[in-house]
Amino acid sequence: MNTENWTPDQPIVSIKEVHKSFGDLEVLKGVSLDIMKGEVICIIGPSGSGKSTLIRCVNALNDIQSGSIQVEGQEVHDPRLDKLALRQKVGMVFQQYNLFPHKTALENIMMAPVLVLKEDKDEVEKRARALIAKVRLEGKESSYPGELSGGQQQRVAIARSLAMQPDVMLFDEVTAALDPETVKEVLVTIKDLAQEGMTCILVTHEMGFAREIADHIYFTDRGVIVEHGPPDTFFDKAQDPRTKEFLSQIL
Amino acid sequence: MANKTIPGVNARPTTDLPVLLPLNPRAMMITDPVGFSRWVSSFPLWVWPALTAIIVLWPVTAFAQSNYTYTQAMAALVKWLPFLMKSGFFFNVIISLMTMLFGTVSGVVLGLMQISPNRFISLPAKIITQTFRNSPWLVLLFIVLLALPFEFQIGSTIITVPDWFKAVFGLSLPIMANIAEVVRGAILSVHNGQWEAAESLAYTRQQTLWRIILPQCFKRMIPPWMNWYAILTMATPLCSLLGVEELITLSRQAIEAEDNHPELLVPFYTFALLIFFAYCYPIARFTIALEKKFTVKL
Ligand SMILES: Nc1ncnc2c1ncn2[C@@H]1O[C@H](COP(=O)(O)OP(=O)(O)OP(=O)(O)O)[C@@H](O)[C@H]1O
Ligand SMILES: [Mg+2]
Repeated sequence: MNTENWTPDQPIVSIKEVHKSFGDLEVLKGVSLDIMKGEVICIIGPSGSGKSTLIRCVNALNDIQSGSIQVEGQEVHDPRLDKLALRQKVGMVFQQYNLFPHKTALENIMMAPVLVLKEDKDEVEKRARALIAKVRLEGKESSYPGELSGGQQQRVAIARSLAMQPDVMLFDEVTAALDPETVKEVLVTIKDLAQEGMTCILVTHEMGFAREIADHIYFTDRGVIVEHGPPDTFFDKAQDPRTKEFLSQIL
Repeated sequence: MANKTIPGVNARPTTDLPVLLPLNPRAMMITDPVGFSRWVSSFPLWVWPALTAIIVLWPVTAFAQSNYTYTQAMAALVKWLPFLMKSGFFFNVIISLMTMLFGTVSGVVLGLMQISPNRFISLPAKIITQTFRNSPWLVLLFIVLLALPFEFQIGSTIITVPDWFKAVFGLSLPIMANIAEVVRGAILSVHNGQWEAAESLAYTRQQTLWRIILPQCFKRMIPPWMNWYAILTMATPLCSLLGVEELITLSRQAIEAEDNHPELLVPFYTFALLIFFAYCYPIARFTIALEKKFTVKL
């Protein structure tokens, strides 16, 4: 399967038997999952179970030892991979926002399309302003990250990723560093995106949110997917004792 | 116990949250990047009149032992000082500026080479940096003096390499190595998340470095860079050992021209000290002020 003959009825992201170690520590021990275009999946699990590692493998921020990850039919861990093309397709938002502190919100959003994709500046600016409106930050165009609240920064980070017009978005505990009051504004933004049909892979500790927006929930523990299913089944009829224990602790 | 692994201390952390590390006594000995400027700028104001007094009053103390009069000594000082300033110290300044120019340009290159992911680039860069950073400056100067050809030929023209140029070259080496460390340290001080964010937005390494990382740490490099300039300026009298006609060389010649009267030694060399101090003091003050400003903003 390669990009040319990938069709939208095949999984947009396909992860098969992925093994990943840091030195002697095996973090992913054979993880497989498929995501269809437009699907929203949530990965939950205890700390250290390899959730971040898994989604970082999807855009090649981490390499893998064995197995396969394909995005739109393109093998991510092929040494000949065009990383630029991959990262244009896969956007990522981090827990710590990681905005560029020396650039304004608007510049943060515009920089990559102009610099990396060499798109026309005026067009990018139009798109960037539309994205700022979309994440409800009108008026903050020329603010620096240091002048924005955590929730506002995270929304700029989401807009920055979207400016590359990705097909898949990865969210790694994007609300974990936020105050409880600002969590909601970020979740609303993600929900809007999901409803517009963006394919999303979310790592989250917000169980209520996961239940509300996910099409499918995956529960990971110690490097394997222990259990998965649609939210209602998953939350109400969990089978595995490890899942039950985790849910009883967190809910 | 020696091999015990403690996550986050001598092994990979098991969390990506910030952790409070145990006290590391060696970390407390890390040299202050603007230590020299801090020292110079901490001198009390009475140093100025004190140095001036030494220059003006010293010949009085010596008067009893010889027939060289105080007036004669003062006349010698007044006669030579403008020349020492214009031909001597001015040359020290030129040497320091040129050295700083070469040292900075090559130091930036060397610093960037050190953080290259290519080991064939980073390893030699690290070796060069450590070698020149830890060698005595005078040794480097002499090696350059002896190793560089006295003259070389391009086509039919013979170019003589002047000693002052050799001195500039020799002083550039330790400056290069130290500026390389300033650059490397500043780049490493930028949070890793910045690299990752740029990487996930498809920036190349070069684009990340020049557009994201360096603009953020540029300011942080300025105070240590200025600190090295002050240290370098204070070190330029080393060039007198290569026969370069800078302030110290000319002071010695002036004393000789005045029949080597021992009464003149202290005033002349104290004058040299005063001039160097007067030049470096404002630089040091400015360095410390900038350092304070940038640290608060970090
Ligand atoms: N760069 C790295 N080098 C070495 N070990 C790492 C590295 N990154 C992660 N690990 C280890 O891999 C394991 C899984 O980490 P990961 O960050 O994927 O967990 P997580 O499920 O995202 O946890 P959390 O919910 O706390 O974010 C952990 O034991 C961690 O220590
Ligand atoms: Mg994580």
